[in-house]
Amino acid sequence: MSLLAGVREGAKGFAWFMRGVMGEDAYDKYKAHHDALDDAHEHSVHDPDAAACGRPVMMTEREFWRDQTDRQDVNPQGRCC
Amino acid sequence: MGTKPRTPHDSPKRGEELDRDPLLLPVALDQTTHDAEEAHWTPLKIAIWGGISLLGGLSWVMLAVVRGETVNAIWFVFAAVCTYLIGYRFYSNYIQKHLLHPDDRRATPAEYKADGKDYAATDRRVLFGHHFAAIAGAGPLVGPVLAAQMGYLPGTIWIIVGVVFAGAVQDYLVLFFSMRRGGRSLGQMARDELGKVGGTAALIATLAIMVIIVAILALVVVNALADSPWGVFSVSMTIPIALFMGVYLRFFRPGRVTEISVIGFVLLLAAIIGGGMIADTEWGSTFFAIDPLPLAIGIIVYGFVAAILPVWLLLAPRDYLSTFMKIGTIGMLALAIIVVRPEISAPATSEFVNGGGPVVSGSLFPFLFVTIACGALSGFHALIASGTTPKLIEKERQTRFIGYGGMLMESFVAIMALVAALSIDRGIYFAMNSSPALTGGTVEGAVTFVNSLGLTGVNLTPEMLTETAKNVGEETIVSRTGGAPTLSVGLANIMQQVAGGSGMMAFWYHFAIMFEALFILTAVDAGTRVARFMLQDSLGNVFPKFKNTSWRLGAWVTTGIMVAAWGAVLVMGVTDPLGGINTLFPLFGIANQLLAAIALAVCLAIVAKRGLFKYIWVVALPLTFAAVVTIYASFLKIFSTVPNVGYFAQNRAFSKALDDGLTSFGTAKTVEAMEAVVRNTMVQGILSILFVVLAIIVMVTAAQATWKSYKSRNFGTNEDDAVASQMFAPSGFVATPEEKKLAVRWDAQIAQAKLDKAKKVPRR
Repeated sequence: MSLLAGVREGAKGFAWFMRGVMGEDAYDKYKAHHDALDDAHEHSVHDPDAAACGRPVMMTEREFWRDQTDRQDVNPQGRCC
Repeated sequence: MGTKPRTPHDSPKRGEELDRDPLLLPVALDQTTHDAEEAHWTPLKIAIWGGISLLGGLSWVMLAVVRGETVNAIWFVFAAVCTYLIGYRFYSNYIQKHLLHPDDRRATPAEYKADGKDYAATDRRVLFGHHFAAIAGAGPLVGPVLAAQMGYLPGTIWIIVGVVFAGAVQDYLVLFFSMRRGGRSLGQMARDELGKVGGTAALIATLAIMVIIVAILALVVVNALADSPWGVFSVSMTIPIALFMGVYLRFFRPGRVTEISVIGFVLLLAAIIGGGMIADTEWGSTFFAIDPLPLAIGIIVYGFVAAILPVWLLLAPRDYLSTFMKIGTIGMLALAIIVVRPEISAPATSEFVNGGGPVVSGSLFPFLFVTIACGALSGFHALIASGTTPKLIEKERQTRFIGYGGMLMESFVAIMALVAALSIDRGIYFAMNSSPALTGGTVEGAVTFVNSLGLTGVNLTPEMLTETAKNVGEETIVSRTGGAPTLSVGLANIMQQVAGGSGMMAFWYHFAIMFEALFILTAVDAGTRVARFMLQDSLGNVFPKFKNTSWRLGAWVTTGIMVAAWGAVLVMGVTDPLGGINTLFPLFGIANQLLAAIALAVCLAIVAKRGLFKYIWVVALPLTFAAVVTIYASFLKIFSTVPNVGYFAQNRAFSKALDDGLTSFGTAKTVEAMEAVVRNTMVQGILSILFVVLAIIVMVTAAQATWKSYKSRNFGTNEDDAVASQMFAPSGFVATPEEKKLAVRWDAQIAQAKLDKAKKVPRR
């Protein structure tokens, strides 16, 4: 059973790694960042007053992924040879 | 940007703002704890490092001293891995301790500039993968293949020793310094440290070097795909596949990156298999068999269109695909080499160490060191290490694992490429890599030419060439220069022993061609974009309108200029009567190494400004070597009187022949071809002069800045101000016992905080 558990752990770790390397966790990171802001800030991001007091507005998942590639349009990153 | 005067040494405002409330969990281990952990040598640790040293030493002896008929590839792997481990554990640690002084109490840009997007703390192991995928491309796969003409030993030594003392050091330093400057780019750092003249020269050099690198990468693709219906079909299928992926991610399932990459990968495999079937048909083999020149023009048009299309449509999805392929195939190749352990029959040093080789002209010194750039020392990495990676790093100490370690990994890729190239028959190797000008492009011509080289142990027969071509599913393999096809044959040869047998060789060959083309097309596209923005920025100083990067016409014009620049060099290479890759590849290596010299020169000035003269040799050593190699190589390319080496000597020889009224000279069979040689060598010569002059300006300004710091003892830094960190993460791949203890406490605290938060009434 422990072998099976080890294999499962390994597979889980590999999936986590690939997800990270491929950049699939970008939105999770973005959300976590805003959640942390939420804790520190008086207004929740879902609060209508949030924008008024300079709190960055959080994008929805769909908006975020669009924004991600659109940002690369104006800020390209080289790929090496 | 005024420089803030500080006491010599590193961390500004040491011990003031960075002091943390002792009631809170610490965000870093004390230096004394780190030192104690390192100095604590358990018997097991001693045994492990003793074992690594012994195995490494034995492997080097097997490679360099014991010279049997053949040498097993496994010794390359052991020599490399053991040397990397020792270099990483001891040398990079030395650099960390004496030169960089990372301070984990300081927040990194990912923490103090966090926006959840461009600046976002990323797990070190994931970031290692990211960084590796960004730095490793076709370069480390191609250079070692071409350098194999010198024998296996010089290339192996340069790749392994070079990375430990030069390449990895450069990547590590640039990453660290950029991180301390909020992720500033190499160009900005050059301006800050070297002033206007040095900074401007660095910027122009970077732009010019980028053009030449993109051009030669494109030339490698053209050479691999010309007259190969299978290759052309499967590689061009990557475009619709990427478009499909882009649309899928944009409109159907945003963010499902792995899912679409798997789908894309399956489609790629289908394209490879389909390419084989189509190449077998009458119409397919004529329709997709494209001559080099039209193919080059196709790539130029493609490069322009790809660079003005939105990123989401083509670049981003292909980037996913290429990352996916990179991690997968490199892991697969490593495994296959360990399983198959091919015997290498090439000599340690070949007949061509003093020059005269058909693959790359010139003698071992300096040309080996420019032929293998990526994998040993690659200046291009300085652009990546001062780009995305420093904005994602969690803790300062992790720069060692990611910067230094990431480059070691690329070096290993180069070693595997070298092994793959060496594992094929030497006669076949030379038949594939000698230019059509020498072989005539025919099997008979190649056999005659290769056998006339008088290589020991080489007896090439026409059957060997036709048999190999048949196995890999190509019409011919004669004069398939550029390195990619040779690597693919080597890889196919190794992979078929693991999976599929000789019946699968054609699949593996085209699989390898496909992934190299994929890396290169991504680099071409991204390189064109980056170059366009650099050009727009520079032009903006004269015509302010160009600064606005969303101005359509401006974007198109500047993209067009950049594409025209590399396209011209590409066409020159494709039509070159002297062969193309053998004359242009040195320019690629020189350009890349000059960029490395520029990056190291900037690092030198920074280290001097910190007042660390006792350890400045760590930077000065690779800088001097890169400077000597590149300046000497450029000198030979400009002034050598040997026509095959010196661009202007070749130019004079052909001009004279034309003046004498000759209608054919050397490998140029017509007057037009002779005129082309005169034109090409002039362009190549001028480019050589341009590169070396710019690099010398940068190095001289860096030396001046260094001397000024030394004389005035006026130390300072252009670093961002220190901000106290509020988080902890281990520094290496595996956490040390002390780091683990602290990490457990942090995990508990984070879990507790989550619990507390959940208990609270959720806010609206």
